[in-house]
Amino acid sequence: MEVKSIRIPNMKYEDFNDNEYLEEYVTELRKNGVNIFVGKLSDVINWGRSNSVWPLTFATSCCGIEFMCVGAARTDFARFGWEVTRNSPRQADVIFVCGTIVHKMAPVLKRLYEQMAEPRYVMAIGNCAICGGPFKNSYHVVKGVDEIIPVDVFVPGCPPRPDAFLYGMMQMARKIKVQNFFKLPQQPQLPHSSTPNTAADGNS
Amino acid sequence: METVKKELQSLGFTDVKQADNRLTVTVPQDKLYGVARYLRRERPEQPFDFLIDLVGMDFGDALGAIYHLSPSQNPSLVVTLEARADSREQPELFSVCDLWDVAQVYEREAYDFFGIRFINHPDMRRIFLRSDWNGFPLRKDYNADPALNPVPLENEHIPDMERMPSITLKMGERVEEVRQAFDKDEYVVNFGPQHPAMHGVLHLRVSLDGEVVKKVDPVFGYIHRGIEKMCESYTYPQILHLTDRLDYLSGTMNRHAVCLCCENALALEVPERAHYLRTIFDELTRIASHLLGWGCMCMDMGSITAFVYGMRDREKIMDIFEETAGGRLMASYSVIGGVPCDVHPNFQKRIKEFIPYMRKMLKEHHLLFTNNPIARGRMKDVGYLSQEKAISLGATGPSSRASGWHNDLRKIAPYAAYGKVNFDEVLRTEGLTFDRYVIRLDEIEQSLRIIEQLVDNIPEGAHAAKTKAIIRLPEGEFFQRVENARGQFGVHISSKGDKTPYRVKFRSPSLVLVGALKAIATEAKVADLIMLGASLDYVIPCIDR
Repeated sequence: MEVKSIRIPNMKYEDFNDNEYLEEYVTELRKNGVNIFVGKLSDVINWGRSNSVWPLTFATSCCGIEFMCVGAARTDFARFGWEVTRNSPRQADVIFVCGTIVHKMAPVLKRLYEQMAEPRYVMAIGNCAICGGPFKNSYHVVKGVDEIIPVDVFVPGCPPRPDAFLYGMMQMARKIKVQNFFKLPQQPQLPHSSTPNTAADGNS
Repeated sequence: METVKKELQSLGFTDVKQADNRLTVTVPQDKLYGVARYLRRERPEQPFDFLIDLVGMDFGDALGAIYHLSPSQNPSLVVTLEARADSREQPELFSVCDLWDVAQVYEREAYDFFGIRFINHPDMRRIFLRSDWNGFPLRKDYNADPALNPVPLENEHIPDMERMPSITLKMGERVEEVRQAFDKDEYVVNFGPQHPAMHGVLHLRVSLDGEVVKKVDPVFGYIHRGIEKMCESYTYPQILHLTDRLDYLSGTMNRHAVCLCCENALALEVPERAHYLRTIFDELTRIASHLLGWGCMCMDMGSITAFVYGMRDREKIMDIFEETAGGRLMASYSVIGGVPCDVHPNFQKRIKEFIPYMRKMLKEHHLLFTNNPIARGRMKDVGYLSQEKAISLGATGPSSRASGWHNDLRKIAPYAAYGKVNFDEVLRTEGLTFDRYVIRLDEIEQSLRIIEQLVDNIPEGAHAAKTKAIIRLPEGEFFQRVENARGQFGVHISSKGDKTPYRVKFRSPSLVLVGALKAIATEAKVADLIMLGASLDYVIPCIDR
């Protein structure tokens, strides 16, 4: 499926940022060509997958409160099929890393990620999860969760508004939709990404 | 105040410094326990049975601790004891944990940050950092090289968590021992750090006998961000940004505390308008926090509807915040000298719409949940916290007012505009889970009363006093408390006259509430443990700081 033809209700292609990243991702994915039958079947499965993503109930600090707001009545993420929060990582598809990850928590988060079944996705919510945020200078804070686990979508904010969560979720849904379901373990490694990469600029 | 001063002088401390309602005495290492015992046990009346805070300090030439004590019948009076350990290489002080239960956690914290060992303390483990951490981070000569303490890839081993070293003096002889937190044949269950009902990343190790809880051993530090150390390299206005993120549900109040502390130190005259606006914002935050606490407690008892209702009402407050301050959860609506911007023209209108709405909803919440026989049965006769225990554990706020301890700083030591309004301090006497539950809903009503009286009378004028571009606090120790949604939030700033503080310590009301959980969960059923935790309504990032 091409990026432009992905349909997210009430959102146009131009409304999204970072389209170049996704296009590059698709080009990499389609490099060796995709069987039309497999491609179509994958699209159907992905349509189902992207509309029923189960997040893990996980939050360490402030962003967790906004995560609860996203789950509550006003910005209800049940509209997107994301409301089935699972208490066990084994049943979850996506982990929202809401809040600061510190040294003591890092192995716990890594284990949670490893306990999730494939295909699994990670959303880094808030500045702390992206790069350490306001606590970057601390002795006990991990400078971005991408040092420990791979991240699919970064949602900046301190904490991000519930609307920002929804936008991040739509981006996540778009990424799920373009993947080839039958070749999920073979993910392209993009040479650069439009997301902040803290490991590269020498903070760690 | 004068009698306390005289008593201290008769004990041989001639140099008693007085500031506002606080007396400061420097105590030599060997006399510390004697003075503490006198103030706690031997005074004829009004014993100092409330240890507000214990601040570990690196004085430069020596390490030591500062104790803030207060009588529970008069919590506005504070006596501060300053003690220094003789040796910097092997700093040791006498423990006061047999006088105040709360000293157990505070002393462990001082050990974790400064390496001060407390003699006669039964449990000298690190509290926030892992046992394999190198160095003591809040010492001034701490080596912050990340290579020394890399991000660990393995969980901390459980046997390491259980080793409790201690030093005791028996008949003048020093005995160093290592004991285990749990016996070998105890059945220990891990709750957390990742548990959906834990409200954060607290790790409780619970020893069970069948389904009865025998002992709770909390493990902290899964969200320890080192805020106090960071404050030492930040300027005063920058610190405000971090205090919001301590207890994010009462961020406005925490920020207010730091602002008040700096303003008192600078002797800055804050305009009335700012006082009124801060008070309104504090109370709105309190309502939002109690609504969330109420919703989460109901959710922990199985009522998801209540949670959704609580969040729905909370959104109205978030809208008011957003319109005026620009932030939702972090309103950031206090700066040193006042408030950063004037209110939005809609502010008063929105609040006047909100008050009757909230009153109506409160009735509904009572109808829906408080009077529900299942909920009542669940909360009945569970989790008794006696008043003496609450005081000894230093538990403040609604959780201890449910046990009948009159400790609301808004009444006892009014700050901002609290002296100008009529409201009741909600007190209950039974100290059961139901009291802790219902007291929060009653406090919402009182907060509405406060806002109602203030909203029409906000004085005209400037919203902030002029401050210098670079704020330098005069040399000295400053201590300020405010009442946040969980209890007394305290700020201790030690300044050397620079633009950055020498040491900042926050008194977390949530940290002591976990001590209260330890007390009330013993002999309770394991199924009630989560509900008991929710009834105390602690916020984990505030515990770990």
